[in-house]
Amino acid sequence: MRDVAVIGIGLTKFGELWDKSFRNLIAEAGSKAILDSGISGKEIDALYVGSMSAGRFIGQEHVGALVADSSGFAHMHIPSIRVESADASGGLAFRQGYFSVASGMNDIVVIGGVEKMTDVIGAEATDTLATSLDQEWEAFFGSTLAGTYAMIATKHMHDYGTTREQLAQVAVKNHANGALNPYAQFKRPISLENVLKAPMEAYPLTMMDCSPVSDGAAALVLCAAEKAKKYTDKPIKIIGSGQASDTLPLHGRKNICIFESTVYAAKMAYKQAGIKPKDVDVVEVHDSYTIGEILAIEDLGFVKKGEGGKAVENKITTFDGEIPVNPSGGLKAKGHPLGATGVAQIAEIVMQLRGEADKRQIKNAKIGLAHNVGGAGATCLVHILEAM
Amino acid sequence: MKNVGIVSYGAYIPKIRIKTEDIAKAWGKDPETISKGLGIIEKSVPTLDQDVATISVEAARAALKRCRINPQDIGAIYVGSESHPYAVKPTGTIVAEAIGATPIIKVADYEFACKAGTAAIQTCMALVKSKMIKYGIAIGSDTSQAAPGDALEYAASAGGAAFIIGGDNIIAKINETCSFTTDTPDFWRREGRKYPAHGGRFTGGPAYFRHIISNAKNLMEKTGTKPEDYNYAIFHQPNGKFPLRVAKMLGFIPEQVKQGLLCPYVGNTYSGATMIGLSSVLDVAKPGERILLASYGSGAGSDAFDITVTDLISELPRNNAPLISDFLNNKEYIDYAVYAKYRDLLYYD
Repeated sequence: MRDVAVIGIGLTKFGELWDKSFRNLIAEAGSKAILDSGISGKEIDALYVGSMSAGRFIGQEHVGALVADSSGFAHMHIPSIRVESADASGGLAFRQGYFSVASGMNDIVVIGGVEKMTDVIGAEATDTLATSLDQEWEAFFGSTLAGTYAMIATKHMHDYGTTREQLAQVAVKNHANGALNPYAQFKRPISLENVLKAPMEAYPLTMMDCSPVSDGAAALVLCAAEKAKKYTDKPIKIIGSGQASDTLPLHGRKNICIFESTVYAAKMAYKQAGIKPKDVDVVEVHDSYTIGEILAIEDLGFVKKGEGGKAVENKITTFDGEIPVNPSGGLKAKGHPLGATGVAQIAEIVMQLRGEADKRQIKNAKIGLAHNVGGAGATCLVHILEAM
Repeated sequence: MKNVGIVSYGAYIPKIRIKTEDIAKAWGKDPETISKGLGIIEKSVPTLDQDVATISVEAARAALKRCRINPQDIGAIYVGSESHPYAVKPTGTIVAEAIGATPIIKVADYEFACKAGTAAIQTCMALVKSKMIKYGIAIGSDTSQAAPGDALEYAASAGGAAFIIGGDNIIAKINETCSFTTDTPDFWRREGRKYPAHGGRFTGGPAYFRHIISNAKNLMEKTGTKPEDYNYAIFHQPNGKFPLRVAKMLGFIPEQVKQGLLCPYVGNTYSGATMIGLSSVLDVAKPGERILLASYGSGAGSDAFDITVTDLISELPRNNAPLISDFLNNKEYIDYAVYAKYRDLLYYD
């Protein structure tokens, strides 16, 4: 295994992008990443793209070939691989691309993540999100993804005394951060009351506890670390990569308030990086629902199990807190185009470690962590990066 | 070029109302949030014996009551609606017969979502200008549909207005009109379907706002006018919020919009919406006052009009027919159960 670095990033704005199609989005993010890296198209060995459900959202499968073609690489005949693990597809594409360069098979690969969710009505988007659950045991009986996270939230409140306000505070913090992010879907700070009084989605989660339906794409260029300096002064090295799985339905788990996929993926990534949670300076976690962020900071080891709600209330995770979480605005405010999310999280960490995050720059950020979850925790990817 | 404009006008709004809060309560929603969010207090409801034909006839008769026109001089009637009682068989023939304008008359029904009535005004203008007819009646009228529980249910209401368009005895001269049309699928109802479908927020930015703003700007460029040149501005009103927001985006102030904004009190009368708004403005307008109207129809398009009120409005016996304020005051409330009966929500096979 050789070291691998991120040498280019590209993002589209996230949001309800009525005038941009799936292929427009990924081509825009990909070309931005290639321009940012300074490579030429001819140097690309392979493409990896994460997309959760292009088949249901836009009626398009065979996404790997589509992405290569719409990015202008069809004539180069390079391999293009689409990977899927629900809304962790982006993180998984990154890990597969990382392996291919680390193994020596490829020198330069482009990683993409994309989803076009607004071509279908809201109810169809909800049904498609629920395909990340166990269709036979959960979704078929009417459980939605929000409903599933709501059950976890209720149990967390019961077992650990987490309050409704603490959950809401996650959304308030992430909107405050998103207001500083030019790529974010929502750039308006919100109040605790806005969250608590929003229409109920699934008790205790209101609409404002849930990430939105979004369009968007993100892309990264990966390069063997030894060659990275040829392209950029600020390569960002991948120092840890972890992936783990768990039972698909909630009912198979010992404690639904623990995402063991996160615990195991984090253990793997920390071990490879040779660091402890306290060494991390900036974190992007998967807050598809506010309870998701509370679980994440516990399962990643930043706080003890059950203390996530209190940590949020005590502002430990804010911008200038002890462990800044989701400076990008997170999935809640930045938007959550499913397949794009995992790639966009890493792009944010790269911006932070390069010192290019502008108004949302975390001071002296040296080590960053990205945490990407599929569905209700049956897949998790954790990546740790460091400025070279 | 020959002058063309409005010779007379009339409107009709059913007196039955349901409050937004009663609909919200039936569906377990917070009444205050819904009412404030949409800017709608209550909406009109057609009873079992009211439809687009009866509303159109009422409006046409009201227009005739205000002027001394021989119905036989009316050369065309176009009725715009998305709830014509028949899929095949025109509403316009019923209206023409009811007001004594048959048989030497051009008649057709129009459909362009909420702007079919203003499209009918443009057709009548062209026929008058080309001297193919002396007078034409353009009607916009609807008993609009909304699926039970859909957000549309808070707005979809009933009402209509009729405008007699001609070249003489004009109370309001139409200086200019223009349209802005694209294929934008924001809201639709397929053949045979009982209720329309819509694209949620897609009906806003790329649909309503893009078409009205582009068209109103084109109109003001053609006429060399600015927002402050107008005493009144009337915009399509699918809810109480959009017309105020589009007005602000174009540089109009709420005072210019208020008189023509009926949606908070009667809901969205679809093809009737901007035309009832124009009726409300003409109820109070004084000679020399200037009006900008921009309709919007899903699918999608906007018709805009630059109108100047003439001296003759002072001579029009406006009280010969009910004013819009009369319709607003003459009301009777029903609850959701009665509403369900009136709107045929309790049907079964």
